[in-house]
Amino acid sequence: MAGRSHSLRRYLLTRIALAIPMLLILLTLVFLLMRVAPGDPISAALGGRLPQEELDRRRAEAGYDRPLIGQYLEYLGDVATFDFGTTIVDNRPVTDVIVQNGAATLELTMVAMVIAVVTGVGIGTLAGRYRDTGLDVGGRLFGIVIYAAPVFYLGFLAQLVFGKWLGWLPTSGRASPVVTFELDTKTNLFLVDSVITGNWEAFVDVVEHLVMPATVLGLVIGGVFIRLVRVNLIQTLKGDYVEAARARGVGERAVVFRHAFKNALVPIVTVVGLQFALLLSGAVLTEQTFNWPGIGSELVRYLDNRDYIAVQGIITFAGLVVVFVSVLIDFVNAWIDPRVRF
Amino acid sequence: MSMPALEPVAPGASLGRQRGVRRLVAPFRDANGVSKAVVWVGAFITTAFVVLAIFAPVFAPYEFDSFRTDDGVRFAKQEAPSAQHPFGTNVMQTDVLSRVIFGSRTAIQVVALALVVSLVVGLPLGLISGYRGGPVDRGLVLVMDALIAFPSLLFAIVIAFLLSDTFGRGVVTAALAISIVYIPQYFRVVRNHVISVREEPFVEAARAIGAPPRTVIRRYVFQNVVQNVPVIATLNAADAILTLAALGFLGYGIQPTEAAEWGYDIKRAISDAGAGIWWTGLYPGLAIVLLVTGLTLLGEGLNDVLNPVIRRRKTVPVAFPRRPEIGEGNEGAP
Amino acid sequence: MNGPVLSVRDLRVWFGTPGAPVRAVDGVTFDLVAGETLGLVGESGCGKSTLGRSLMGLLPEGAACDGEILYDGANVVDLATRELRSIRGPDVAMIFQEPMTRLDPLMTIEDHFLETLRTHESDLSKAEMRRRSLDALGGMGIPPTRFGQYPHEFSGGMRQRIMIALALVLRPRIVIADEPTTALDVLVEAQILSILSDLRRNFDTALLLITHNLGIVAEACDRVAVMYAGEIVESGPSADVFRSPAHPYTRELLASIISLRTESLRSIPGAPPDLREPPPGCRFHPRCPAAMQVCPSLSPVPVQVGTGTVRCWLHGPEAMIPAGGTAPLEHRTLEVADEA
Repeated sequence: MAGRSHSLRRYLLTRIALAIPMLLILLTLVFLLMRVAPGDPISAALGGRLPQEELDRRRAEAGYDRPLIGQYLEYLGDVATFDFGTTIVDNRPVTDVIVQNGAATLELTMVAMVIAVVTGVGIGTLAGRYRDTGLDVGGRLFGIVIYAAPVFYLGFLAQLVFGKWLGWLPTSGRASPVVTFELDTKTNLFLVDSVITGNWEAFVDVVEHLVMPATVLGLVIGGVFIRLVRVNLIQTLKGDYVEAARARGVGERAVVFRHAFKNALVPIVTVVGLQFALLLSGAVLTEQTFNWPGIGSELVRYLDNRDYIAVQGIITFAGLVVVFVSVLIDFVNAWIDPRVRF
Repeated sequence: MSMPALEPVAPGASLGRQRGVRRLVAPFRDANGVSKAVVWVGAFITTAFVVLAIFAPVFAPYEFDSFRTDDGVRFAKQEAPSAQHPFGTNVMQTDVLSRVIFGSRTAIQVVALALVVSLVVGLPLGLISGYRGGPVDRGLVLVMDALIAFPSLLFAIVIAFLLSDTFGRGVVTAALAISIVYIPQYFRVVRNHVISVREEPFVEAARAIGAPPRTVIRRYVFQNVVQNVPVIATLNAADAILTLAALGFLGYGIQPTEAAEWGYDIKRAISDAGAGIWWTGLYPGLAIVLLVTGLTLLGEGLNDVLNPVIRRRKTVPVAFPRRPEIGEGNEGAP
Repeated sequence: MNGPVLSVRDLRVWFGTPGAPVRAVDGVTFDLVAGETLGLVGESGCGKSTLGRSLMGLLPEGAACDGEILYDGANVVDLATRELRSIRGPDVAMIFQEPMTRLDPLMTIEDHFLETLRTHESDLSKAEMRRRSLDALGGMGIPPTRFGQYPHEFSGGMRQRIMIALALVLRPRIVIADEPTTALDVLVEAQILSILSDLRRNFDTALLLITHNLGIVAEACDRVAVMYAGEIVESGPSADVFRSPAHPYTRELLASIISLRTESLRSIPGAPPDLREPPPGCRFHPRCPAAMQVCPSLSPVPVQVGTGTVRCWLHGPEAMIPAGGTAPLEHRTLEVADEA
């Protein structure tokens, strides 16, 4: 259907164009936020540890003695070339931090998201379909309670039960030291790497380390999904076209899955996208709990060291990812629902 | 966090001519039994915590930071639950039960303050921006949308960090950080609601008879929006408690010497888990789960009861009476 | 074909509420004959939509049925959900009022037809299904090139035609049309009505046309049943009923029609009654200009009048009216209706 892909392509381009103002605003906000603190980042991080001339030299190098507008434009220019700065405390390009630790966070969040979607959509659909039965009430209660449990609390309990008492699973890190040392990291995604290199032991080890953090994070996000999927399903089940389908004798299961569920999916996809921000926040907490060497841990480490350049770089990157995901979600929406395209 | 769908209600309409309190109570009478039970449970739990917070010194056996008895005998370190310490002690030799109770005081204080600030700033902003429209509104929406899209915890961390340089790390800092994070959400919900109300015929009618904008906002729009504030505020409060605990867990929350905080306690407890010490983390976490669940139940229950879109009327099974004989009068209801 | 295709006997459909139940349909009896169009007419809220839906068991939660809906030897009131589903579509089909929202926005027209055909005639080949669908659509004036399009690409009138085609592709014996043209403009309405009237000629389908518009009934219906407050107060061949209406309500309805000759507006004072507590005796008596003493105390019984049936004490049976019952009734001043 030529008409369909043409309108889809047009939608994508328009949507990307619309994303630019949002991106600019986020970047501006990050920029301003990082300059609210008095003084400059260099002095904040290294003041007292280096002689004054060295501080001044570094400050000039990093551009902190220039007027604000100049700094702002330079910042925007850097972002456009994906240059997120260099950390103060260990002189690492932030891009390196993102690539090396980002993969760890990516692995964690992707698996967690899969778990979240499966549990959330699964339980939410059952709850909506069998409304007001025990299944519904139980499902909703589960969703509420699991979201009420902070991810680090669930992590604590998991480490206690599965780590200490049952001894089934390791409680920290991405893999045991031996595997980390030996694994040939092409993509930095350990799951993928161990599969491509055919290293079965490594794969098992990586999975063992991944289970608890990903499940804990996934369940918490899944809890949010349960409520949202249920409400959306109930709304669509009341729809006029659902009644019309029933009037044509279409069976209940087809009504729920072919009509209601698919239509409910449209707002759900948006919701999944919105939870992405929650996923990032949760990842920071999960990484701290399980000593997971992701971007979240690095962010915390640099914050503790008052390395504002590193923090700015990481937060900027997070902003970029958020805008990207929001465009992606809208695109998926337009792909599913032909009415959305302009 | 799910924002409930808000429906405009014409003032005085749809709930008959009932005035005042009866208008508030009416939806409860009609509502489904499950929704009512949920509201009651949520309200009970929330109130229990508020009472605990207010009367903390009465309920708690010790201070949140006492590490010895009045006679000067130091508490044991990481002692399992016992008669003197029903929830045990932690690595700082303080009583866990007391810390949990005082922690509720911290949580309620911070969240209540944050709620007030968010409402005071976000509500009027949303009202005016939504009603006036124009470039200011569009600009605000752009900024607020960008803020909402951004991970709230990361945002809160950065703000907390920046504020702590100036204000120190106390209840006020935490409350301010949290409120700044939630203002955009209040703004957006209020603004969207104002816009949908603004287009309603009864507002148009008011403008047509010459009511000035301020009156229109105050009488029609504000009333409508305010009806939905309890639900939003409650669900937001639940979220805020989680954010506060997260800040505490990462170490950017409240200074441990200033007050007890549940998230911070769990942070200390993580290393205990490896040693099999469970009481230092279990109880603070349970408190969080309980309070957030209570608030969520209250918010969702209220939403189910008050929101006409999802609300379900009670249905009663019908018993058909014997058919009247030919020529008999029609009786009324059986 | 002898005998009616559908027989309704003393049907009651009540909705349970915390207070008194709402008596949407309260003792309705009529027959539907093959190849005939029966118009069910009445004000909003008189129960005609509920009645239409109850004929295929399509009632919302909280509704309860009592009485008989006899179709094909079975009582629809007693049928299980699975059996209901098998008659919905191939035996009884429904055309709804608001066509804009009755098609799934994420499915093409082709998807809709395939779904319907697969549900009831799964042994057909895909090519055969396609052929039948295009036939049905063609009969409605929808070209085959649009078969793969989405609902939002069609106008309201076209969507209604698609709905009708969707209903007819299974060749049902009974079609219930619930205000099919209310949401459409007059020109489209004429098209739809002519399509519907073709039904009885070409396929011998029995059509129940539910509407509040008397003009449509006069034009398109063989027989008419007038409904008020959950009861059928008059029925008969539409030409006869319109020429000489027997029931005061029918008379008032006809008198309040606005036409080019209307010089002053006329309406029936008062408002339809609350179906939780309908007036005692004849439900129309508070608004009836010809009310008698007997009317509030006894419910009128169906009486043959000419070619039709009426429930009104003005037409007797006199044997059942007590002494003095025919004296006119004093009306208390009617208050303007309270909006609920």
